Amino acid sequence: MKTLLLALCFALSFSSWASAQTHLVQDVLQSQRTLIEESSRNTIGPAIDALVASGLPQMQTVLEVWQAKDMWQRKADGLFFRATKNADGMYTLRSLDTGAEVSTAASTDLSQLKPNSGVRAMIATALVQFQLSDPDPVKRADALVSISRDPGAALLAPLRAYITAETDEGILARKTRLERLMTMAYDSDVASRVAAIDQMSGDLGVDFRATLNPILTTTRVISQTPPEANIAQEVIAGSDALTRELAYALLVAAGDAPVEISKEARDTALQANIEGGRIAGFPVAQLSTEAARDEAYDALVSGNLAAPRVTSADIDASLANVRFFDVYTEPSQVVTAAAEAALAASETRVAISQAADLGLDALSLASIYFLAAIGLAITFGVMGVINMAHGEFIMMGAYTGYVVQLFVPNHTASILIAVPLAFAVTFAAGVALERLVVRWLYHRPLETLLATFGVSIALQQLAKNIFGTQARPLTAPAWLDGAWAINDVVSISYIRIAIFILALLFFALFVFIMKRTRLGLETRAVTQNPRMAASMGINPDRVNMLTFGLGSGIAGIAGVAIGLFAKVTSEMGSDYIVQSFMTVVVGGVGNIWGTLAGAAMIGGFQKGIEFLNPSNTLAAQSYMIIFIIIFIQFRPRGIIALKGRAAGD
Amino acid sequence: MNKSFIARNPSVLIFLSILALFTLVVTVLSEGFGVGVISTSFVKVLGKTLCLCLIAIAMDLIWGYAGILSLGHFAFFGLGGYMIGMWLMYERTRQIVVGSLSEGVLPPTPEEITAGIGNQIFGVVGSSEFPLVWAFADSLVLQLVFVLAVPGVLALVFGWLAFRSRVTGVYLSILTQAMTLGLSLYLFQNASGLRGNNGLSGLQNLPGVTAPQSVVSLWFFWASALALGLGYLLIAWVVSGKFGSVIRGIRDNEARVRFLGYSVETYKLAVFTLTACISGIAGALYYPQAGIINPAEVAPIASIYLAVWVAIGGRGRLYGAVIGAAFVSLVSSWFTGGQAPDVSLGFYTVKWVDWWLVLLGLSFVFVTLYAPNGIGGLIDLFKRKRKETDA
Amino acid sequence: MSTLLEVSGVTVSFDGFRAINNLSFQIADAELRAVIGPNGAGKTTFMDIVTGKTRPDAGHILWGEKSLSLIGMSEAKIAQAGIGRKFQKPTVFEEQTVQENLMMALRKDRAPLAVLFFKPSASDFARVQDLACEIGLSDALLRISGELSHGQKQWLEIGMSLAQEPKLLLVDEPAAGMTPAEREKTTAILVEAARTRAVVVVEHDMEFVRRLNCKVTVLHEGAVLAEGSLDHVTKNQDVIDVYLGR
Repeated sequence: MKTLLLALCFALSFSSWASAQTHLVQDVLQSQRTLIEESSRNTIGPAIDALVASGLPQMQTVLEVWQAKDMWQRKADGLFFRATKNADGMYTLRSLDTGAEVSTAASTDLSQLKPNSGVRAMIATALVQFQLSDPDPVKRADALVSISRDPGAALLAPLRAYITAETDEGILARKTRLERLMTMAYDSDVASRVAAIDQMSGDLGVDFRATLNPILTTTRVISQTPPEANIAQEVIAGSDALTRELAYALLVAAGDAPVEISKEARDTALQANIEGGRIAGFPVAQLSTEAARDEAYDALVSGNLAAPRVTSADIDASLANVRFFDVYTEPSQVVTAAAEAALAASETRVAISQAADLGLDALSLASIYFLAAIGLAITFGVMGVINMAHGEFIMMGAYTGYVVQLFVPNHTASILIAVPLAFAVTFAAGVALERLVVRWLYHRPLETLLATFGVSIALQQLAKNIFGTQARPLTAPAWLDGAWAINDVVSISYIRIAIFILALLFFALFVFIMKRTRLGLETRAVTQNPRMAASMGINPDRVNMLTFGLGSGIAGIAGVAIGLFAKVTSEMGSDYIVQSFMTVVVGGVGNIWGTLAGAAMIGGFQKGIEFLNPSNTLAAQSYMIIFIIIFIQFRPRGIIALKGRAAGD
Repeated sequence: MNKSFIARNPSVLIFLSILALFTLVVTVLSEGFGVGVISTSFVKVLGKTLCLCLIAIAMDLIWGYAGILSLGHFAFFGLGGYMIGMWLMYERTRQIVVGSLSEGVLPPTPEEITAGIGNQIFGVVGSSEFPLVWAFADSLVLQLVFVLAVPGVLALVFGWLAFRSRVTGVYLSILTQAMTLGLSLYLFQNASGLRGNNGLSGLQNLPGVTAPQSVVSLWFFWASALALGLGYLLIAWVVSGKFGSVIRGIRDNEARVRFLGYSVETYKLAVFTLTACISGIAGALYYPQAGIINPAEVAPIASIYLAVWVAIGGRGRLYGAVIGAAFVSLVSSWFTGGQAPDVSLGFYTVKWVDWWLVLLGLSFVFVTLYAPNGIGGLIDLFKRKRKETDA
Repeated sequence: MSTLLEVSGVTVSFDGFRAINNLSFQIADAELRAVIGPNGAGKTTFMDIVTGKTRPDAGHILWGEKSLSLIGMSEAKIAQAGIGRKFQKPTVFEEQTVQENLMMALRKDRAPLAVLFFKPSASDFARVQDLACEIGLSDALLRISGELSHGQKQWLEIGMSLAQEPKLLLVDEPAAGMTPAEREKTTAILVEAARTRAVVVVEHDMEFVRRLNCKVTVLHEGAVLAEGSLDHVTKNQDVIDVYLGR
């Protein structure tokens, strides 16, 4: 038994020894020695393939060493080593098989292998397959990234080879997707390319569209007859797709037609032919119109002093002889047809997704407007007080947040402190404003407007004096960074979601306070009939003060929220005041649902205009205002109007 | 009772005399006249102030008399400035372009000149094409018509929409504010064709005029004084008769006027448009003295300051508007120009450049609360006292 | 007597509440009519409809010999057609003189340009003087109307309505807050005015209505409950029920 075991052991060790003997790294390298020494992009391919094909586990390291230019060749025997420079200038040589130190040598006895960038890229490609099967999932993921960054036909086979063995689900999905994309771009078999394209048709991924686009690139070909190629379309010269000028320019570029004489060329020719104050007999002073210059030039032409002009008739004649074709670089018509269809499907879905994204954008803009306006919905909508300093309360809230962050570095904690503090600060400011100014001016709305405007000027300048003119940061906690990406097109940042939720919360809070609390009841009583309310034991002064404070306090919290994504400046309030009033007015004064509807409408409409004219957000706001003015024609009392005698006068 | 309008309104004559005297004094003391007690730049400041007084009396007509608190009249002021600015800039650029092109070998063609002007004017906004709005910029007559017509038509359209739907009170104020905000945002974009936020510049140079600025500034000063005098006369006449009765009636009780059979909307529209045209003229005289106009000039804040001037001066009386505009704008430029001496409190030095707006805002609150009749109210008080002692 | 104003089948709702319910009403030239009714009977809303302030949901309002429909006309147009209105609260232009108030109301071209170039002639001043006499304010012509007493303001407003020379004058609670002497004078003014035009007086005060001595229309819940002489309607069981509560 023992003998048997021993014999078995021996046999096994022998076999492994034998295989190692036949497949030493050095041997493989030596077999490709000439190619490796030559190190040319054109010829190195078989050598790298041979190294990979050897299946030796050390080969990944060898390739990496080679790529890193750490592989040296001993001049004496042509053997390859990994060399590292010592402190004394000598090089330590290590075996590429075992990694063991072999000897030291002077640099004069060695020559370094310096693969150029082309060769290094090929080595990298070869390395990919090692990385794809690397036990470390991070390295495998990195490999996928590097492949998708620089894909090529050569990588398709190794990628396919390592899909089945993949254990990590996420990486498996990515490998599969990448394989599909590379199949449609690089597979030699048309049918499998079409299959891959059809399979992913309508996909929203940017990578998918980026893969299809090169397949669909065309070049414009000038030809009398349709060329023998995969023709995308014939382009008619003089159409929108190819203007007459452009078509002729193509002809000129192809050398098939003479260059048009530009005005500059004409004038240069004229200036070159001035003789005694005349050009071809025309006095220079008379050449002050285009027609006169053309005439003089024609005279030069007839005197053979300049190249003839290309007339409109010439251009027509040249264009009449030729046709223009857009030809796919991709030769297979089946593939391009499938790609066109797939891209169209994708674009439809992208358009739908963009609409959804726009909807989300509009929603978040609407929430911002709503947040900015909700305090106003209380002071203006419920109490009927025009507070032009409302915007400055928003600004005060934002600065409160900034000051808190100066003292509390933890962003989450600072926001949690800032929100109630901002409420407190602006509540106090609101109460002060109500006590000192507004209460003397009830039922004189225009005076209220002016007086609170004075307050607004003063507060704005005060903030400028205290905090300076430059914008101050109000940083959101880290967990609000980033965005929730639904797919490659639709995404929304967490901070906007937070603002949306905050807007909903405020809405609920408002409805709760107005409908369910004593303050709400008293407020409604006081605004509807202050004398009657007073005779029922409600103190209208107190109620007005508290309600105004509440509206102002909410503006302060809105300020913190707005400060999180917008810069905190002394002027930030005035950016929102007009829109806020518009929101309340458009929605219908005195009705929180109206404010909600107004915010939704203004936000949606503004985003809609921006979508139609994306380069110009300023114009969008102008059109928005025009729209509001027209809207008020049809619903002077806003979207949700109070009807009947209560709404009169 | 059926006396002439001037006889019934002695204040008009007093005002015109003071204005004439003021114009004379400034002229005689000006640099352009050779005495030089008043510098050219200060003549310009005074000329601009007269223009501001002109728009202030227009504001008084629409607000103090007709009761419409417009927070958008600087839109009309700015448009007037833009209209005249277009011609000034075009014509002056044309002269420069023709001058430089004439130095070339070939005499310039009209196309080259146009392209050259286009490049000069619109280079800053990355264009050289003339936008459609500049179609008539080469014609002084047409641009002068536009000074009246563009603000007038805007006021007509906006007013028709707003008054027709019976938007009143603060709602209308906010709507007018939105209008001027919309206009300024529109002008801020390069695509507006009016050079975006660069605005129009070099307006102080009159094309074809070689006279020095000291003289040109006097011309504009005279023109501004004349415009203010005529404007004052016109508005005083408008408010003195039955028309004035009707618009004051609209201010105090719109519904009653309506049930008397007056078409309130038409009256409002007429006053709104008239004041817009006057504002346009004021702007057309102001900006050549300022030298530059940009969209910030028509931002909502400007129109609100206008309301501040009229309120501080005392609305419902034209001289009040003039006093308010002149006083507040001159004091403002004195404080913000850094001439006012800083006040040292020991621990803190009050720099008026920083604190003037705070003071203005607070004094505005104070005036609204305690002196709704403004400075003009003091004059009324004085007049009443004298009447009582006479009696 | 021909019909001056014919209101038929008019209905108005505010948020589902029917303020006026299938109301029909007629008045002839030179007729004095009192409209009475408890609170919320729709008296003021009725005036609002006739003068164009409120637009009815259904029904017809025909005016004058030509049977012009008033629905959809603006307040100013209706006033120019010859319907004057005096509000419940005195609404005169308090910062202007009595003369200016009356001059503004005088029947003249209302177009802005005509008004702008308007120069009052001697006959205009005479007419204003006559009106002032009629309403007992001839001594107060140059006084600021804000300084007048409550009753004088009511008269001034009636005078302004008369200055419009309306064919129909709608008067809302003219006697509210007046002294007995003032009431008497108001009655006289209204009775005098009704000689040459139709006058509709909305009133709460039965004594005042009795003094007017005219046909009475009782409104209840937006519809006509009874019509006839005051004695006749006060005997009507329905009217008694409404006023005393069922």
